[in-house]
Amino acid sequence: MTSAVPGQPSKAVLAAAPWVFTIGFFLVWEIACRALAVSTFVLPPPSAIAKAMWEYRGPLAFHSAHTLWMTLAGFALAVVTGLLLGIALGASKLVHAGTYPLLVAFNAIPKVAVVPILVIWFGVGWAPAVLTAFLISFFPIVVNVATGLATIEPEVEDVMRALGASKMDIIAKVGVPRSLPYFFGSLKVAITLAYVGSVIAEYNASNYGIGNLMARASADFNVPLLFAALVALGVLGVIIYAAMAILERRTTGWAQRSNFAT
Amino acid sequence: MSPFVALAGVTHAYGGSGPPAVEGMTISVNEGEFAAIVGPSGCGKSTVMKLATGLQFPQAGKVVVAGKEVAAPVKISGMAFQNPTLLPWRTTLDNLLLPLEIVQPHRSRLRRHRDEYVARAQALLEQVGLRGMGEKFPWQLSGGMQQRASLCRALIHEPQLLMLDEPFGALDAFTREELWCVIRDLHASRKVTVILVTHDLREAVFLADRIFCMSARPGRIIAEREVHLPRPRDLEVTYTSQFIDIVHELRAHIAHARTTA
Ligand SMILES: Nc1ncnc2c1ncn2[C@@H]1O[C@H](COP(=O)(O)OP(=O)(O)OP(=O)(O)O)[C@@H](O)[C@H]1O
Ligand SMILES: [Mg+2]
Repeated sequence: MTSAVPGQPSKAVLAAAPWVFTIGFFLVWEIACRALAVSTFVLPPPSAIAKAMWEYRGPLAFHSAHTLWMTLAGFALAVVTGLLLGIALGASKLVHAGTYPLLVAFNAIPKVAVVPILVIWFGVGWAPAVLTAFLISFFPIVVNVATGLATIEPEVEDVMRALGASKMDIIAKVGVPRSLPYFFGSLKVAITLAYVGSVIAEYNASNYGIGNLMARASADFNVPLLFAALVALGVLGVIIYAAMAILERRTTGWAQRSNFAT
Repeated sequence: MSPFVALAGVTHAYGGSGPPAVEGMTISVNEGEFAAIVGPSGCGKSTVMKLATGLQFPQAGKVVVAGKEVAAPVKISGMAFQNPTLLPWRTTLDNLLLPLEIVQPHRSRLRRHRDEYVARAQALLEQVGLRGMGEKFPWQLSGGMQQRASLCRALIHEPQLLMLDEPFGALDAFTREELWCVIRDLHASRKVTVILVTHDLREAVFLADRIFCMSARPGRIIAEREVHLPRPRDLEVTYTSQFIDIVHELRAHIAHARTTA
């Protein structure tokens, strides 16, 4: 292997690695299915899944778009709520002490269990999907923003207070900027959770979305379509995660100056 | 002349109870004077800083700054610590402008008179040898450069009182002596009262007009020494016998404070 730093893989190798591993994964799968003659009813080979994806490309695209839309709506709600709650928790010991146990308990509830309640309240449709996405994803944002605020260095706080800065000044000038890396870091986790939330809700209580498509495919025992939907979910998941990662890198470059993981 | 900073019989315990960090402290520093506080680690030097700037309030005794009893953060002070505490998301220049975004009347003038303030910040940077470094982020500067920038930030709003808490503690000997001269010149060029906390007796004698020695916890003043070395002082003065005698005298006080603790 030719590399600039001895013992470390070169840039080109690092860039190629994800493709090599992904293609290799599907190749092994295909070969195993053929060699062991596994029934497509149990585990379809990637070629059968690709065929199903092509055959159902219209519905897959339509339902993916719907799921994406539900996810983004729930995620947007979670960002706004998470930021406000996080700032409140990080800025006030009282709010933190008072609400934290409740938040933790709420976060611990599996959100599948909440879907039936949402259906009773709002009926089958977009509301359960958006709300489940929201409920499942706001917690990491709250915790991260609050942590960023609560860990202001006491000396920086002293410098600010000695100048006569109010609590709001300190939050605006120091607390919020310093919690931004935590915030953007949490967005990567939150959007993936929101995505899980909307798919769960669609599976149980919707007429659209990948979740719903999978529910119907599974009722029809259409295993290749089921897997095609799974692949679509995976691809969409990678795309939204990557979008958040790029956003994070763009906005908080100052926080990523370590060379630790080269 | 009444003192600019006066602590009279001040006792302070963090959290309001338990063994006090400082007890029966009395110090007074005149306007424009350069005072230094030396003492063993943990004796309450930083606590005196916080009391004098209104970041902490004493359980007993009185703290008076600029003729007023301190009941809130004093707002006329600038502070610098051992750790430069610059904000990593702001450029060095924007870090310098931070106090102006807080302190009146600059706060309401900053937006419209930004150029004037930027020029002031650039002049300060130049004075401490950081010319042209304003656009760099603090983490792109060396430790010594960050400390210089931190000094500039403490001075940008032209405070009447400058509080320095071991600002050179983390620097090598050469950089430290360079910065002594920077501080000396900053003090000489503006009418500012300086209180410097330090472990380094040579630093205290070189810079200060008046030195307070503190005992181990609970901190109190065990000796006060005026330094009458003529100004402006050159680094050469640190090799004169007069200088070394004062250092020895202070060392004896500190050694005594440590053994009786
Ligand atoms: N925020 C705080 N809460 C509780 N106790 C504190 C706090 N800050 C300092 N103390 C205590 O007060 C005493 C004096 O602390 P201080 O920081 O003033 O010492 P110092 O003289 O500055 O020490 P050093 O030279 O090591 O910086 C110490 O014993 C310390 O344990
Ligand atoms: Mg200290």
